[in-house]
Amino acid sequence: MGSFARKKKRLLQWQGRVARFYLEGFRAMTVGKTLWKVILIKIFILFAILKLFFFHDYLRENFSCDQQRSDHVLEQITGQAAMQVGEHNK
Amino acid sequence: MNQIDLNMVDWARAQFALTSMYHWIFVPLTLGLSFLCAFYESLYVRTGKEEWKKITKFWMTLFGINFAIGVATGIILEFEFGTNWSNYSWMVGDIFGAPLAVEGIVAFFIEATFFAVMFFGWNRVSKGAHLFSTWMVAIGSNLSALWILVANSWMQHPVGMAFNPDTARFEMRNFWEVLFSPVAVSKFTHATSSSFIVASLFVIMISFWYLLKGRHAAMAKKSILVAAVFGLLSCLYAGLTGDESAYVNASTQPMKLAAYEGLYAGRTNADLVAVGVLNPGPVAGDDPFLFEIKIPGLLSLLANRDSSSFVPGIKDLVYGNPGQNIVGVNTKMERGKMAIADLAGFKTAKKQGDAAGEAAALQKFNANKDYLGYGYLAKAEDSIPPVHTTFYAFHIMVILGCFFTFFFLVVLYMGCKDSLQRNPWILKLGVITFFLGMLASQAGWIVAEVGRQPWVIQNFLPTNVATSNISAGNVQATFFMFLVLFTLLLLAEVRIMLKQIKIGPEEV
Repeated sequence: MGSFARKKKRLLQWQGRVARFYLEGFRAMTVGKTLWKVILIKIFILFAILKLFFFHDYLRENFSCDQQRSDHVLEQITGQAAMQVGEHNK
Repeated sequence: MNQIDLNMVDWARAQFALTSMYHWIFVPLTLGLSFLCAFYESLYVRTGKEEWKKITKFWMTLFGINFAIGVATGIILEFEFGTNWSNYSWMVGDIFGAPLAVEGIVAFFIEATFFAVMFFGWNRVSKGAHLFSTWMVAIGSNLSALWILVANSWMQHPVGMAFNPDTARFEMRNFWEVLFSPVAVSKFTHATSSSFIVASLFVIMISFWYLLKGRHAAMAKKSILVAAVFGLLSCLYAGLTGDESAYVNASTQPMKLAAYEGLYAGRTNADLVAVGVLNPGPVAGDDPFLFEIKIPGLLSLLANRDSSSFVPGIKDLVYGNPGQNIVGVNTKMERGKMAIADLAGFKTAKKQGDAAGEAAALQKFNANKDYLGYGYLAKAEDSIPPVHTTFYAFHIMVILGCFFTFFFLVVLYMGCKDSLQRNPWILKLGVITFFLGMLASQAGWIVAEVGRQPWVIQNFLPTNVATSNISAGNVQATFFMFLVLFTLLLLAEVRIMLKQIKIGPEEV
């Protein structure tokens, strides 16, 4: 067996050990199973509901390139809107 | 041009405050419990006694519950940046990109490797390798917090950057200046040490509950001793870092310092208000207090390391004090308005291809750019943060911090004398004290964030110019969704933890 094949075999064995470590760890969990359920439900709510339907990236969605985005922000901070904030506060 | 909706600004603020405060329920416990688990396990490895292993596994389980429920609650803040705070998000993207990317990578590697070894590795890796993983989780969790705190500190004291008028972005010029800014150093050390206090109080609360119930007494007593030492040292360190924060505030955010001290008229030999009640109405004269207990000269000493030095008050900072070389806000507002006008001129000249006009506008802008944010204020008084909220939050934090030091000392003394069980009053007090710890921790953030208003980036960008052009209704809806989601998560955490606490260390 060549050294490359030996290295490949060792790597596969190591990968197998790591995979078994995680698999057996997950299987042996007690309270961890409940926690994983909470984590998965939470991540689903965060990414599949809130991010998808409610938290759109305003600049990414409304402008197609960085030039437009910077123009918009410059307009916001130098234009009338910025001054209207001041008027509103009076 | 759409008008910025101030109602939307208030809802976006409320939503950010809500999510940050809920997030901060989980974070201090993660930061502190991770170190406590490392201490308990180190004792196990050093002594070889199984009871320390049992103790470690018990607190590690509670740490795991808190971590699992709290994980990803911070991501919501990033969602909010993109949706509600798009101007701000665009402007700081270059600065925040690096620290947040480092945070993401560090968190991923720690969670994927050392967390797994810590929870799955008992009896499967050597004692030393397991202990190393536990320490790495503690160090890594705290390092993960470092990057977020660095980003926050940059907003309070923007250094190591330059504003690019072409892109409307702050660009990082010196990463090390951002990382090691005095605000970042004091914020990181103060936030982590105060989190260690909260976690120590958590361990003491549950251990005291066991002692009150007469269960797991041996485990509880051992846990208490370690937590009391860690809590006491953390209190002393938090006191030092808090002092450093105030010292840094005196030079970087003097308005915040004046607000949390309730100092309206600046003075030499300024007194520190140890306890005080502010007049709820508008301040007519120079004394805003209905009642106060002062320590002579201490504020000058803490702020400038010189008890005879001058500490500027709110009125000095707003209206100026030529005698002390303090420029008033009106002057800064004029220069800020010039900066905004020159930025607009630069943009127009660039659009028209007028290179000479572009260069002239840029030169004028650069002369006033440090006052940019003041140009958005309508009147000088808009530069004052909510004084009552900042003052009370600060004093609640400090008074409770002093109380915790005393409490840990008493617990340590009684723990060493083995007299805790004979004094149920201290056990009952200890159960309540954890909630006071949470209150103090939240109050600290109120001081940091309310006290820096009206700025989202100190002197450069007021909060109400940082938002997106979206309707208030959109933010209102998600505000209540978060309220429900976070409350459910908190209830889940409490329920799962209570179940585990009732089971106790024997069954873990």
